Amino acid sequence: MLKIQILGTGCPKCKTLMANTEAAAKALGIEAQIEKVEKIQDIMKFGVMTTPALVVDGQVKSAGKVLNVDEIKKHLT
Amino acid sequence: MNKAGKYLPWGIAGLAIWWLVYRSLAPVAAWLTYSLLGMTPGSHLAVAVEFFVFESPKVLMLLTLIVFGVGIIRSFFTPERTRRILSGKSEFAGNVLAALLGIVTPFCSCSAVPLFIGFVTTGVPLGVTFSFLVSSPMVNEVALVLLFGLFGWKVAAIYMGMGLVIAIVSGWIMGRLRMEKHVEDWVYETKLGDAGPEEVPDWPERIRLGLDAVKDIVGRVWLYVLIGIGVGAGIHGYVPENFMASIMGKGAWWSVPLAVLIGVPMYSNAAGIIPIVQALLGKGAALGTVLAFMMAVIALSLPEAIILRKVLKPRLLAVFFGVVAIGIMAVGYLFNIMM
Repeated sequence: MLKIQILGTGCPKCKTLMANTEAAAKALGIEAQIEKVEKIQDIMKFGVMTTPALVVDGQVKSAGKVLNVDEIKKHLT
Repeated sequence: MNKAGKYLPWGIAGLAIWWLVYRSLAPVAAWLTYSLLGMTPGSHLAVAVEFFVFESPKVLMLLTLIVFGVGIIRSFFTPERTRRILSGKSEFAGNVLAALLGIVTPFCSCSAVPLFIGFVTTGVPLGVTFSFLVSSPMVNEVALVLLFGLFGWKVAAIYMGMGLVIAIVSGWIMGRLRMEKHVEDWVYETKLGDAGPEEVPDWPERIRLGLDAVKDIVGRVWLYVLIGIGVGAGIHGYVPENFMASIMGKGAWWSVPLAVLIGVPMYSNAAGIIPIVQALLGKGAALGTVLAFMMAVIALSLPEAIILRKVLKPRLLAVFFGVVAIGIMAVGYLFNIMM
């Protein structure tokens, strides 16, 4: 199962990324565990300085951008 | 570079069309006002209408072009790259560099905390980090385009110069004050992980980033721009000049500190503040006072203080706001005296 993490301190952009990610996983029929990482110390561990960021299986895929559903799909496959 | 070459003819053609349309805005606005609507030349209403139908498309076109260009430039500057450039830089040169990089590095104030931590834990001096934090929101392309489009290149250049000086000097002073111990303790204990190799975008991606910036920024600010120009049009046609001169003119020494004190807690982006700037300037307020007000609103705000409080102890936060606010007042005064 894919582990997806959304890094962000709770700004509106982070929520949009979360929703888009859920939509992308659903559209692909991927079983994924999606979790939010909101604690700043934990976010920094990923080496990310701009939020929101998308992390798939521990790997940072994008930072500082709200990806759309299609862009997220590419990172999930 | 080859790939970039493929887009060059398109870029030139696009620019040419843009330029032709831009050049024909003035005659079209005059034709609309006087021929189509049949208004009397010289009447208050006609002057206001012509101003509005000329300025609105003009400023929106400028905004679109510059935001697109800056969007592409920004695809070359990630915050991670800026951090590496600034890491370990000496104080004064670092402050200058940070202020300049603040203009081109994509950054949103909601990322202020992770960015601050990322900078100070990897060897960017505290003062240099502050230079970046001041310059990045204050000196931005939207503010510059709007000032250029509505008040001319001189005002835009003055704003940019003033903004950079404030960012450089206030950051340098912050560095001299040696306030590292007033950063929240956990900040320096935080370990910045390794995000892995950065993806370098190719040209189609850069152009897409430029278009995204246009969609995002122009989509967000166009309404404010129209309101600003509408206010300007109203003043242009009707309001007697020098209406504000007694309160915010050069003669009133207390107007600069008052404008800054009112502006500091307020929160707005560059576009939102433009209608107010338009109204104040049109009514005879002094330029230095108005630009100081605009800078105070954009650079400092209560929400930003709350965000930064997570990483700064109260004393450092207060000193930061104080130094920047005094810097803004100083250039506001200086400017009023010089003009």
